Amino acid sequence: MKKIKGYSITLTVNNENYDLTAEPNRTLLEVLRDDLHLTGTKESCGEGACGSCTVLVDDQPVRSCLTLAVAVEGRHITTIEGLSQGGALHPVQDAFVAHHAIQCGFCSPGMILTAYALLKENPSPTEEEIRRAISGNVCRCTGYAKIVEAIKSLADQGRQER
Amino acid sequence: MKGYEYHKPSTVKEAIDLMGSLENAKFIAGGTDVMVLIRQKKLSPAHLISLRNISDLSFMETANGFFIGGGVTHSEIVGNEFIQKHYSALSDAAGNIGSKQIRNVATLCGNICNAAPSADSACPLLVLDAKVLIAGPDKEREIALDDFFLGPNRTALEKGEMVKGFHMPPFNENTGSTYIKHTRRAAMDLPILGIAARVTIKIGGSQIGCKDAFCTIDTISNILKHLEGEDLVCEDVRIAMGVVSPKPIRAKKAEAALLGKVVSEKLFEEIAEIAASEAQPRDSIRGEAWYRRDMIKVLTKRALLKSIDRVIRPDDLIHPDRLW
Repeated sequence: MKKIKGYSITLTVNNENYDLTAEPNRTLLEVLRDDLHLTGTKESCGEGACGSCTVLVDDQPVRSCLTLAVAVEGRHITTIEGLSQGGALHPVQDAFVAHHAIQCGFCSPGMILTAYALLKENPSPTEEEIRRAISGNVCRCTGYAKIVEAIKSLADQGRQER
Repeated sequence: MKGYEYHKPSTVKEAIDLMGSLENAKFIAGGTDVMVLIRQKKLSPAHLISLRNISDLSFMETANGFFIGGGVTHSEIVGNEFIQKHYSALSDAAGNIGSKQIRNVATLCGNICNAAPSADSACPLLVLDAKVLIAGPDKEREIALDDFFLGPNRTALEKGEMVKGFHMPPFNENTGSTYIKHTRRAAMDLPILGIAARVTIKIGGSQIGCKDAFCTIDTISNILKHLEGEDLVCEDVRIAMGVVSPKPIRAKKAEAALLGKVVSEKLFEEIAEIAASEAQPRDSIRGEAWYRRDMIKVLTKRALLKSIDRVIRPDDLIHPDRLW
């Protein structure tokens, strides 16, 4: 088979620029984990059903397993590593810890990023809106109740701040 | 994953020229279907032609109705208030496809060109009389969506052609449309059945002119009973059904039977029976044929009622359907 050449691309991940050579058949997930060693982003189903590979592209949650790295050049990518600032957890992460919304932790990066994107768009979502927003993220441990509680606690804060 | 070359054209013409000059090439837009097929090794193209950077595909505009570019994502459709108000059925469908992560990248064009019998946006576009604008190497052409689907994963697109967008005509203000997706789970599921309806009614009586009078929490069935003497005549109607045959279809006999009649819940039940007789559902892992046929009767009636509800009551005052 003829060799497919790599493309030189610049990815902006968590506000840092990375110059890489990526073959066009590599997904954003593979590049994040294998090239940038940002292993917070997880792979589970690999076909867009489970949500564990969720990352934010321009603040919108997408599936990194179905996104080609070459397709998101020039866009702002945020992974779970990009949420905490100087070692301090982001309020969404804090809320997940405080409400025991984490058990095995495999869905957490995707779940937290989805929650972060929701709260950014709508600071005080209702329970229904929360459940709708995280419907693309599968959790096999918590039964979702604790996760919804965690996000709800932030939503209540959002309501008070308004 | 097998290797392929990746191309990023910035105009429709460039994309079509590339498709014409390359062997074993495939268009990719959001990639939520194409990438899955590649990863499952059901598809192994030598070239992928990305449509993401073509600005001509990613716009919507009000132009003698409404035009939606092929590259518009489902999230963009859900967020559009004009579509919510005037083409509600499409908004219903786009809001329930996959998950937020999928909707953020998956395009309307991809959903239609994949031509799955279960494509959620197909039924709404059928009832909204959508035309497909197709660009090819030599010319552009426009065909009705009804003629676009040929069978499972088969469309009227010829070699080298691509879909530029969809055009829907304007409808008068007494028009309401709905799409109902019947699933086992409330999210991330393919439909067992999808039913869309669009109804334009002629309003004879005076009472209905005052729409606020109906902003109660009463059900539409009760409101229709109350309006029985008012002669709400069905001026125009479309009913479309998904997952009931090899391609999304219109229930044309049912439409003909409703046209020009005074609407009532009882009549809708008869219409729904006719629609069910036009379907050829089959057994599948998601549902058996007899169940689908029975549910067509239930959902067709519901879709017609809800469409009329959307005409006689301002949408924001109808209690939204609870999802959970």
